[in-house]
Amino acid sequence: MLRIGVFVCHCGHNIASAVDVDEVVEFARKLPGVVYAGQNLYSCSQEGLGSIKKSIEDNDLNRVVVAACTPRTHEPLFRRACEQAGINKYLFEFVNIREHCSWIHAKEPEAATGKAKKLVAMGVAKASLLEPQEEGESAVIPRAVVIGAGISGLAAAASLLDQGIETHIIESKNCVGGLLREVAVIGPEDIDSRNLINSLEKRLTSSPKAHLHLNSRVKEVKGFVGNFEVTIAKGDEDITVQAGAIIVATGTREFQPAGEYGFDEYPAVITQLELERRLAKSDFAASRMAIINCAGSRQPGREYCSRVCCNASLKNALRILDKNPDAQVTILHRDIMSCGAAAEELYRRASERGVRFVRYGLEKRPQVHAKENGVVLEAFDETLDETIDLDLDLLILATPLVPPEDSVETGKHLKVPRDKYGFFLEAHVKLRPVEFATDGVFVCGSARWPVSARECIWQGQAAAAKASIPISEGKVRIEAITAEVDPDRCAACGNCVLACPYEAIEIVEHLDTMAAKVNEAQCKGCGTCVAACHNDAIQQKGFSSRQLGAMIDALIRTATEGTQ
Amino acid sequence: MSEFNPNILAFCCNWCSYAGADLAGVNRLQMPPNVNVVRVMCSASVKPEYVFKAISQGIDGVLVLGCHIGDCHYLTGNHRTAKRIPLTAKILEKVGIDPRRVQLDWVSAAEGEKFQQVVTQFVDDIRSLGPNPMKEVRF
Ligand SMILES: Cc1cc2nc3c(=O)[nH]c(=O)nc-3n(C[C@H](O)[C@H](O)[C@H](O)COP(=O)(O)OP(=O)(O)OC[C@H]3O[C@@H](n4cnc5c(N)ncnc54)[C@H](O)[C@@H]3O)c2cc1C
Ligand code: SF4
Ligand code: FES
Repeated sequence: MLRIGVFVCHCGHNIASAVDVDEVVEFARKLPGVVYAGQNLYSCSQEGLGSIKKSIEDNDLNRVVVAACTPRTHEPLFRRACEQAGINKYLFEFVNIREHCSWIHAKEPEAATGKAKKLVAMGVAKASLLEPQEEGESAVIPRAVVIGAGISGLAAAASLLDQGIETHIIESKNCVGGLLREVAVIGPEDIDSRNLINSLEKRLTSSPKAHLHLNSRVKEVKGFVGNFEVTIAKGDEDITVQAGAIIVATGTREFQPAGEYGFDEYPAVITQLELERRLAKSDFAASRMAIINCAGSRQPGREYCSRVCCNASLKNALRILDKNPDAQVTILHRDIMSCGAAAEELYRRASERGVRFVRYGLEKRPQVHAKENGVVLEAFDETLDETIDLDLDLLILATPLVPPEDSVETGKHLKVPRDKYGFFLEAHVKLRPVEFATDGVFVCGSARWPVSARECIWQGQAAAAKASIPISEGKVRIEAITAEVDPDRCAACGNCVLACPYEAIEIVEHLDTMAAKVNEAQCKGCGTCVAACHNDAIQQKGFSSRQLGAMIDALIRTATEGTQ
Repeated sequence: MSEFNPNILAFCCNWCSYAGADLAGVNRLQMPPNVNVVRVMCSASVKPEYVFKAISQGIDGVLVLGCHIGDCHYLTGNHRTAKRIPLTAKILEKVGIDPRRVQLDWVSAAEGEKFQQVVTQFVDDIRSLGPNPMKEVRF
């Protein structure tokens, strides 16, 4: 007897602000097979999971439907809860009413509620036909690939090597270190970047298990967690590496503010990275300087705070004063974001040593005018409520970090998403911070979001720790979504044999005739053979034609009954 | 007459287009609420029978979304989708169904905006075609 439980999630306001959760619960309660329907504020919290487990036991449920966010990130969590409550995890069905409903119909609560009902009805219809499944296992290739050899990639690689894991590092440039190669001193702690890079690089060069591929890029990525095949283009040569896990550490670049504040027009206008280069040389000579923070960030089109620039400006103002105590340095800012004790200390020291802070606004941006051997900066000081003119030898633009130009391609190769600014998006900000939704692929450092070198190292180490889990376990479970042939319906036509991209099907003897047979260890669960079969003789577990057919029926039924 | 509110079914593959739909959500891209997504592992597993069933029973339109050609998580799966779905639409045309009711497109995991645009356009197309004539004679 079917005993289905439906749990509708509020996700705080994320779902409940557009979808009327009470109404969906009431609707679900009346669906065929449903014996329990309830709601949770946050289903994925300890409390939420606990209440689901309790309801399973109290109501003797044998199918569970959760209407919440996306199975791509949260399915494992709820499946585990089902298992803990004693139900086979394949008797769980996920309905996405957040990404696919409340978030995209935020201003149409009535329609969003109607759609949520349809989606729940479809999920319940499928759940009614779910069957318990057993999982197989597959071996994990004990090797990792790290893409990008900036500070994050180096930290990740060093940490993998420390665990004895063979690691391939792919770097498109001819050297390691990334952005930090041009940042001589790392603030706010004043660490010598060359020393740091060299010490990490030495950990790679001294390990027989490290393979550094310079001047190389990723050409193709195939496979799954535990069993990836990465093709590396190195000059004219292609190298193929088999690996169990992949870490993306492709970093960022400094935004070049073409046409803004006289950049490209006056030689005296440079970016902060160029200032870093000049400060690294002994002949740095300029005495009147201004740094404009947020040049190109926190404005329409690029709303984010790049996080590292305020501290870099403070650090560099002090370095300028160290070189030339008589220099006049002005920092034009919109807010000073110097969080943390060490950065706050930089701010204090800079103020003490006479760095002038001028607050500007987006409405009245500083204007740059030509001058011999420099520029004149006309700025409206919001605090003084007056316009000031600054005579400058050098104007520095603290521009934001932006994704590398080819991150679109990197994202495509790995089938991982990017946010609207082009930075990579992890599976879940809080629950799975350095993981992608795609199993076995991880992300760290400024590829994910502009972060300090210190945070790059933490994240590199975190990604390495995560990547080492499947590698040290040595095996991953194969999801029970493989194909199965019903030999009695099979006409042995061989269509599926040709269709399968993995050569997982063969025709074998069956009783006194022939029939197709799927080799489960080889089957990747794509379902291509299912659609190729003319007799409906192959079914994919968890996606059978009856299950999908029932979803279609439910969609039609719900619409006709007028929930629209 | 009340306004025509199409009831649409979409099949999205787990790896690209479903992830693209998720990304559209994460970025709060707004779109008409008429499209209901069914997740499948690969667009190549979408049987023509599902499309026939949906259309013959009154669903106003069926959208099949997969990874871009060359990006299918299962190597060449979507090469089959690329042939199968247009053929499915053609067969429906032979029995008097406007083939525009069945559409195929590619949306990558990074293309939240494309998902929004494809969905919005498809809903517009179906609106202009009007209700599925099979609705009245549902099997
Ligand atoms: C002007 C400036 C000053 C700064 N000052 C400080 C500071 O004082 N303190 C601080 O903590 N932080 C500072 N930062 C920030 C810090 O430098 C960066 O956050 C950090 O270096 C990023 O490291 P990463 O390894 O994540 O990326 P990156 O350093 O960008 O490294 C990425 C690497 O990956 C490679 N790569 C990219 N794509 C591919 C691909 N497809 N295939 C192969 N290889 C690829 C790149 O060539 C590069 O070597 C500053 C940044 C700037 C711009
Ligand atoms: S589901 Fe895919 S991999 Fe498995 S047998 Fe069918 S075609 Fe081959
Ligand atoms: S997995 Fe997306 S089309 Fe095959």
